[in-house]
Amino acid sequence: MENKIRTRMGDGALVEMTPAEIKADLEEGTQAGAKRSKNPELAQDELDHLFDIFASNARVTGVDIGDEAVLSYDGCGSQDMGTRLNDLQVYEQILCADSLELYNHDYSYKPCKPLVPYEQAIMRQCQLLLTAPCGYGAMSDLGRYTVPDGPVTNWSQLLPLGKIDEAREAQEEAVEMAAEDMVFVVEGMVEAGIDHVDFDTAGAAGDADFLATLKAIETLRAKFPDLGIQIGMAGEFVLGMHGQLEYDGKRLAGMWPQAQMEVAVKAGVTIFGPAVNVNTGKSTAWNTARVITICKPCCETSTIPVHLNAGMGVGAVPMHITPPGDATTRASKATVELMRLDGL
Amino acid sequence: MGGIRTAGDLVARMQFTRGMRLTEAKQYVAEKLGVSVLDLSDPVVMLDVRKEHGLGSMYESEITNVDEPIALAAKFNIAKLLDIPINCVEIFRSQVGL
Repeated sequence: MENKIRTRMGDGALVEMTPAEIKADLEEGTQAGAKRSKNPELAQDELDHLFDIFASNARVTGVDIGDEAVLSYDGCGSQDMGTRLNDLQVYEQILCADSLELYNHDYSYKPCKPLVPYEQAIMRQCQLLLTAPCGYGAMSDLGRYTVPDGPVTNWSQLLPLGKIDEAREAQEEAVEMAAEDMVFVVEGMVEAGIDHVDFDTAGAAGDADFLATLKAIETLRAKFPDLGIQIGMAGEFVLGMHGQLEYDGKRLAGMWPQAQMEVAVKAGVTIFGPAVNVNTGKSTAWNTARVITICKPCCETSTIPVHLNAGMGVGAVPMHITPPGDATTRASKATVELMRLDGL
Repeated sequence: MGGIRTAGDLVARMQFTRGMRLTEAKQYVAEKLGVSVLDLSDPVVMLDVRKEHGLGSMYESEITNVDEPIALAAKFNIAKLLDIPINCVEIFRSQVGL
């Protein structure tokens, strides 16, 4: 009888699987990723490498000494103990984070706009007292511009009514507002001394959301040639909520990580972060094989660092508010080693 | 990579500011520091290297003496060593007339 290996499901549940079951999941995961993304499946030696990682009962695992990658963050700390500066100091001094990110609890650029002077004041203190690169981050969050939170008609309500043209016009209107607000906030934070900016979950509201982010980045890159600009995507492909929006002559709807990376580079990004959603009904082995299959070509061709989004529900990390370290370290080791990742 | 305990923050800066991929960023930082790429993630080696170059480390008095640069002061040295602009360093310079 085969021995059982303790592993996790995509929702974080601890399960036991036989080696044969893990191998089967790895094969199915890469097949699923290849089918969706049209990328090649992982080779046998890659699947064998993944099996070695997942066929272990060790509590944690890690890359070999010397193969470490850089970690970046979508916000550091919980803001529940001490000040936000204290959070960043904990990350730098105790957790030894490679980079830091100040953030507002309402993690979207629109609500940050009226708070810029207060964010600037904190950032200035951070820059005086921290050594590691410290940036500012928030989400593009195009939905914030729709009624009742914003002035634009809600295209999600227009679409089911068959009002396609009106829905597209509403999104185009929101794109301009969002891009302007993102530029405003980042300009203010550059004044305060940030090392980099992060646009998180770009494309969450679809292709218009992604376009707004790219337009903001393009403007900021022209103005600040040395500013670090990081983009983290919202999902593995860009939803076509508008369907006809383009950047650099390329339609954004339907883009997978490699194409997403190419337009992000064109806009002026210095770190690209693909995101692949977790299937909570499948094992972490399945999800890891799928993630690597979908994102590997992006890493192979990118001219800038690729930091895979790896957190609850993305990058093969279980969808749980407290992701278990055994699953997180396995997913991290697997993706760094097989994708030639520059960071997470 | 280990942040300020190693050279993680320095490699991160090359990624953010110059868009260097990991291998290139590690090689660049290693050359600037005069160490091997393997040394970059070794806290035992990097503590002495960071002290030698004034690149800052943990505040704890048992690790960093009061006459050794930390935070903004360290970032002046980091900017010079890595030959990159660091925003807050430039702002500080302009505010004090350096």
